Amino acid sequence: MRYCRILFGATESDFTSMNQIFKMTVVTSAVLALLAGCSKPADEQTPPDTASTAATSPAAKTIVVYSSRNEQLIQPLLSQFTQETGIKVNLITDKEGPLMARLKAEGQNSPADLLLTVDAGNLWQASQEGLLQEVGSSILTQNIPANLRDPANQWFGLSVRARTLVHNPDLVKASELSTYEDLADPKWKGKLCLRSSKKVYNQSLVAMLIDHHGEAKTEQIVKGWVANLATDVFADDTKLIEAIAAGQCGVGIANTYYYGRLEEKNPAIKAKIFWANQATTGVHINVSGAGLTRYAPNPAQAAQLIEWLSSDQAQNAYSNEDKEYPVLASVAVSPQLKAWGDFKQDPINVAKYGELQTAAVKLMDRAGYK
Amino acid sequence: MKPSHTQTHVTERLWQSVPLLLLFLVASLVLIPLAVVLSSFVQSEPEVWAHLRQYVLPSVLWNTGGLLLGVGLGVLLLGVPLAWLTAVYEFPLRRWLTWGLMLPLAIPAYVFAFIAVGMLEYTSPLQTWLRGLGFEQGLPSVRNLTGASVILSFAFYPYVYLLARSAFLSQGQRLMEAGQMLGRTPLQAFGSIALPMARPWIVGGLLLALMETLADFGAVSVFNVDTLTTTIYKSWFALFNLNAAAQLAGLLAIGVLGLLWLEQRARAGRQYSVGISRVQRKRLTGWQAWAATGGCLLVFTLAFVIPFAQLLWWSASVWQVDLNARYWGFASRSLLIAASAALLVTLFGLLLAGVRRQYPNRAVGLLITASTVGYAIPGAVLAVGVFIPLAWLDGQIVSLLQGWGFDGRQFLVGSVWVMLLALAIRFLAVAFQPIDSQMQRIRRSQEEAARLLGASQGEVVRRVHLPLLKTGLLTALLIGFVEVMKEMPITLMTRSYGWDTLAVRVFEMTSEGMWERAALPSLLIVLVGLLPVVLLIRQTEK
Repeated sequence: MRYCRILFGATESDFTSMNQIFKMTVVTSAVLALLAGCSKPADEQTPPDTASTAATSPAAKTIVVYSSRNEQLIQPLLSQFTQETGIKVNLITDKEGPLMARLKAEGQNSPADLLLTVDAGNLWQASQEGLLQEVGSSILTQNIPANLRDPANQWFGLSVRARTLVHNPDLVKASELSTYEDLADPKWKGKLCLRSSKKVYNQSLVAMLIDHHGEAKTEQIVKGWVANLATDVFADDTKLIEAIAAGQCGVGIANTYYYGRLEEKNPAIKAKIFWANQATTGVHINVSGAGLTRYAPNPAQAAQLIEWLSSDQAQNAYSNEDKEYPVLASVAVSPQLKAWGDFKQDPINVAKYGELQTAAVKLMDRAGYK
Repeated sequence: MKPSHTQTHVTERLWQSVPLLLLFLVASLVLIPLAVVLSSFVQSEPEVWAHLRQYVLPSVLWNTGGLLLGVGLGVLLLGVPLAWLTAVYEFPLRRWLTWGLMLPLAIPAYVFAFIAVGMLEYTSPLQTWLRGLGFEQGLPSVRNLTGASVILSFAFYPYVYLLARSAFLSQGQRLMEAGQMLGRTPLQAFGSIALPMARPWIVGGLLLALMETLADFGAVSVFNVDTLTTTIYKSWFALFNLNAAAQLAGLLAIGVLGLLWLEQRARAGRQYSVGISRVQRKRLTGWQAWAATGGCLLVFTLAFVIPFAQLLWWSASVWQVDLNARYWGFASRSLLIAASAALLVTLFGLLLAGVRRQYPNRAVGLLITASTVGYAIPGAVLAVGVFIPLAWLDGQIVSLLQGWGFDGRQFLVGSVWVMLLALAIRFLAVAFQPIDSQMQRIRRSQEEAARLLGASQGEVVRRVHLPLLKTGLLTALLIGFVEVMKEMPITLMTRSYGWDTLAVRVFEMTSEGMWERAALPSLLIVLVGLLPVVLLIRQTEK
């Protein structure tokens, strides 16, 4: 009783207000905490209003996708899939490292059906860690070229991203450019801009070079690049391309879809794509892809999603909306991509990037490429 | 603190051991992730370490040390004078500037970083305009150690400002008046009396700022500065070696623990308590008044107005496309999680501070200090450290429940409790520092007087400690709330489907380089984070 009186009926004015505030805060926060702990989150995946003809039969399932591909890029495709098949997709995004650590910690009880990433190296690593399982699907082996999927069929590339030279035509003529390796030549001093070595795209590029030339020569090449840098390495490709267009650098290496986005916003952008290594090994390509997780609760539906993503409709969307290249050979690229011209791709199996990634990262450290 | 003879009841004894039991519970919760991180040392990684030692660590340690020094100096130079001015003096616009100077707390460090780079890089409108005027050189590049130190100082000075202000407000005038009677000028009195009396607060705020600098990944990446944390992530993501990353994080934690412990030892044996803590402000006149207003306005403009304006500008170009009904969900979830986590972390902090006061021996002190180290560990690594044991525990629970007909795969892990727990562990330092520092102000004689008048231990806590801790508790709630609003890696990793927050949106945009689109959720984070700031001001303004 005494305690209650103190807590609720205090007479001194300053701890009336303190107690009241504190009480209010405690009660509000406790209610909020309870709500947080017990509430069911809003269903994000409401299908579009147009009536879905697909059967929302009693057997309609929900699959869970762990994706390092950003929500705004992958969600439209997943919504289309849900509309067509009635299978709902719960998407959780994060960087690849935490996603894989999460999968590993969750183990058998993981709710994830699919792992989506934006490069091959991480898919390779996922299969090395035993996080994926094989998918025996003739549709997938038909749709996707052999060099863009795992030889053991644990993961599959779904879109191709080319990493090539971008140059400012006023500062550097296309006729002066040839290969990635040539950019190490001293004649490019002060003209080269690169993205940070921390991003996996550059790590895969260097891994490709190691595969072609061996470590010693690749180290020379990377050292040459570093010596030619016009400014500090950039944190992302978009800023890199903008810097090239503004004249801060003459030439750089970037993914074509970043260029595509900037070109769409500003068709007169002062930067042009140049397809590297056409006379030699071909342009460096990487894939965004998917793998079926080892303990997937709904493997059939998850495999269905991968197959759907490798089919016409999705492949068209990859090209038109995301400005990437489709893996399905029969799909025509969008007009914007067509305007960039055809190019020879490096035929290396993309799994190699994963195998050589640690070597590539260490090499870049040794060469001083930050 | 022996119970009086009339209360040697068994329940009283049990009740007395509750705080210690709770301490052990909280400490074990908090220390398990640290233990998981440190357990990585069991398996050695000689190749990775050989490579890191030779090619990476020298420059990284140099950068990290330089950054800590730069940010440390920066936040002290900004936070302490501003706190002093607004606590003790009256000058034009003071009321308004007092809370204005706290506002940068609502802006995440990585947002500061991408705003600074976006405004000052070669291709920015400012630089393009300068080049148009003929200044080919333009401004010096901001993407280096100096730039990072300056920007992070602006981002983190509110910690020092808040805590130092708390100190100056509560220290009372008697000491300063005594100093001046003995012949000190106001400035001398400030240096020899007020500063030392405020030491726990100032050092507390400084430690928060430094720990946050150590753990930061987003901002330093944008600035292209390689620190220990970027090396941790490099080992994990690029070299595919989570074990080496955890070992680096473990070393980081041990280093921070050593630093915190040294600070404890230096503080040991000193008294910071004060009798009467009311302050009457001294009105400034003439040039001094305008200098004070001008200085505060300058910092406010640089640290808040300009970044906020840039966010508004960028958001204005994208909101019609991006802002939709989903944003209500993001904002309300951010709020919900932030409020719950702030309450949890304040309770934990209060418990730890109370127990530390009650049992002032070394072992307990070390345990409590170790509990706060989570703040310095990179978020994603801490998230893994929390997740692994929780997932294991969850697995056990699920297999137990399956015997009773439970058909789900996850029990704890799918819920929001994992996230709240991980956030509480991470931000325990932030709640603990203000409350603990404020505890120092309570004289033992005040407690003893209450006991003499017949109050039990519980009553002493309720009627003596809590009212005197008001500012500290509210500061802890405020900072906890704002920190969780801004937090990214733990939220990303521990959330389950449907729990996307504003910080997650920022991640989606910034990881694809869509800076303008990232401005919209960042702006909302700032706006929502402003609410508790305003609330706090109204409570602490006397």
